[in-house]
Amino acid sequence: MKKALSILAAAATLALTTTASAQTLRIGLNEDPDVLDPHRARTFVGRIVFTSLCDKLVDITPDLKFVPQLATEWTWTDPKTLTFKLRPGVKFHDGEPLNAAAVKANLDRARTLPDSLRKSELGSVESVETVDDLTVAVKLSRPDATLLSQLSDRAGMIMSPKALASADFGQKPICSGPYRFVERVQNDRIVLERFKDYWDAKNYSFERVVFQPVPDTTVRLANLKAGNLDLLERLAPSDVAAVKADSSLTFAPVSGIGYQGLTINTNNGERSKTPLGQDKRVRQALEYAIDRDVINEVVGAGIFPPAGQPFPEASPYNDKKFAAKKRDVEKAKKLLKEAGVDRVKFDLTFGTSTTTQQIAEIIQAMAAEAGFDISLRPTEFAAMQKEAQAGNFDVNVIGWSGRVDPDGNIHPFVTCKGGLNDGRYCNQELDRLLNEARITNDEAKRKELYDAAQTILQDEVPIIYTYYQPWPFVLAKKVQGFKPYPDGMIRLKGVSFSS
Amino acid sequence: MLRYIAKRILIAIPTILIVSVLVFTLQQLLPGDPVLTLAGEERDPQVLAFLREKYRLDDPIPVQYFAWFSQVLQGNLGISLRTDIPVLHLILSKLPVTIELAIFAMVIALAIGIPAGVIAAVRKGTSVDYAANVIALSGLSIPNFWLGILLIMLVSVRWKLLPASGFVPPSEDLWLNIKTMLMPAFVLGTGLSASLMRHTRSAMLGVLRSDYIRTAKAKGLLSHVVIMKHALRNALVPIITLSTLLFGELLAGAVLTEQIFTIPGFGKLIVDAVFNRDYAVVQGVVLCTAVGFIAMNLLADVLYVLANPRLRHAR
Repeated sequence: MKKALSILAAAATLALTTTASAQTLRIGLNEDPDVLDPHRARTFVGRIVFTSLCDKLVDITPDLKFVPQLATEWTWTDPKTLTFKLRPGVKFHDGEPLNAAAVKANLDRARTLPDSLRKSELGSVESVETVDDLTVAVKLSRPDATLLSQLSDRAGMIMSPKALASADFGQKPICSGPYRFVERVQNDRIVLERFKDYWDAKNYSFERVVFQPVPDTTVRLANLKAGNLDLLERLAPSDVAAVKADSSLTFAPVSGIGYQGLTINTNNGERSKTPLGQDKRVRQALEYAIDRDVINEVVGAGIFPPAGQPFPEASPYNDKKFAAKKRDVEKAKKLLKEAGVDRVKFDLTFGTSTTTQQIAEIIQAMAAEAGFDISLRPTEFAAMQKEAQAGNFDVNVIGWSGRVDPDGNIHPFVTCKGGLNDGRYCNQELDRLLNEARITNDEAKRKELYDAAQTILQDEVPIIYTYYQPWPFVLAKKVQGFKPYPDGMIRLKGVSFSS
Repeated sequence: MLRYIAKRILIAIPTILIVSVLVFTLQQLLPGDPVLTLAGEERDPQVLAFLREKYRLDDPIPVQYFAWFSQVLQGNLGISLRTDIPVLHLILSKLPVTIELAIFAMVIALAIGIPAGVIAAVRKGTSVDYAANVIALSGLSIPNFWLGILLIMLVSVRWKLLPASGFVPPSEDLWLNIKTMLMPAFVLGTGLSASLMRHTRSAMLGVLRSDYIRTAKAKGLLSHVVIMKHALRNALVPIITLSTLLFGELLAGAVLTEQIFTIPGFGKLIVDAVFNRDYAVVQGVVLCTAVGFIAMNLLADVLYVLANPRLRHAR
């Protein structure tokens, strides 16, 4: 019997390894991506798929510097003209050549397609001109320091202009990345295969890449352990210890460019007319009541580095002087006393997930000691979004996946008309500083502007940053050469199976 | 007979209409804004306005309803707001997966439930009966997600016998398809087998007490002949009714199991659509389910009349 079982097991393992061919990399995603059209897509997991499918004009390094991808070099010919030299001999997956006209067609589409979600990212672009077959000049209506970083993401992905004409592009995307689209079964898998004519094909070793959405983190990890997956993103913090102890797995976390925090309703409707919304001392007290190290250790298993500012540790705009404040209950009590309030009551709204729930509970307990009576309001995510916009909240637990350029982590959230400013915090001086930083290309000058902006935010506290969003990847031992990037994308250059 | 069927179909039409109105209006009660969800992190007011117009979300609900329903009548269920894939295509590709899972689960449920029920009835009051009852009760009370994850940990991670989750179409690899279906079908099947076992047991007990069984026994028939041929056959009627009901439930109610085993079926389709406020998909799926149920009912009614001649004249 025992013998029969072991033969069966061996046969099953054999069957598994032969079907999952040695050169297929299987990646477990946290959810199913949305439409596969870079101009209309919105999900984080969609960006992970695009990273293998669609090359961009420029890419980033792990320390957030820009490096060539489809463009080999770029220069600011004047403060309102950014000129790109394109890589010669690049082909799209349908064999069409990638040239200046193609780049122009893409940038124009991103700016004009009615349901393009890239419009605001390219808001400064006035026109795109083809200088010669491999040179493109992007003309701006105003200087824009964020442009290069926008072009290092979806706005800079170049699709085959011929394929763009077809109505179902979002279902059969054709780009110029290292892997080409094969098929998609919604909720099940997205299959890509090696693009033989890729300009850097020698650095990509897998014949096929399969993305599988497995929403349950426990099941995702079980699949990896069982050998059905080779790589997964977003491990649950509660599984960190088990993964580290497992010699068949490699744990590859990276501190991301996004953050988690609390948005306080300071100016959005009736619910902002509270001591917390109106008096910065009360908000400062709340910040002092929170111990970010506890959140990191208890909920985050050590992968939730405390955040005191919107800029990630890898960013040159991060400044030590704005490091996360240590917990100080006495100071919090003193601030509340100065504000003339005894105990402060508010609702804390958060999207329903185990991690967020735990964080909300910890904050509730910690803040109670300083004088805050928090009611927890777990809310389904889509409902929470709408209530947030309508001003129907006191404090929201929010997360931001982060942008390479500092502007994306700060401007939309705290400028008076910012698209993601749910609390409607509004401060003319802050607006001026952040608008100026947007158009300042000089890094040192820009940093001064952001420092000044941060000084205001540290005092006014419209958002309490709690921790930097980590991207915890887990790989099977046989996966070699994987490097996690702070933007959470999976770049397969140089990644291979060990023999 | 034909008149009877025609009458039933005529009655089904208003039912479907009412369902379509209900689906449409109830969905409007969902909190949240589909356009905000659709736009995600990029809330460009211009784009939001465009999307609102494109999906007619600012129109009064009756106008939206008629726009949608007139398309439905032409066989167009719309396209998914999230992925651009036509809703009809989504339904047609997900339904077979769930049907396959339901059939597998049903086979397992019947294979466990009926023999267990028969044995429990025949050995009533013995330890065998009690054991069967305990197993049945645990089958009913063990939650699917717990059993599912436990099985994955044991069978896939520890023993590496079956793939942990996912789905492979039978056309691609039949053997792998069966392997991916085994665990989820087992999880679903054991839950159902419990109620099947209880029903079989009580139906058998009722039949075993009847006079003709006593007569059969008195004639000196072998006991297994009495049980299998005389008792079980008669006890099967309520079991068949229950099984068809359970099967219907499986089609709509395998959501949790599909979620755990990441099976791209019908249940997962609608749950994801609700969370993403993908109205077109929610409407299409619920409408199709309703039509399916009505059709099944119609079929059951017709079969019932065909099977039982007395009903033909009773009307």
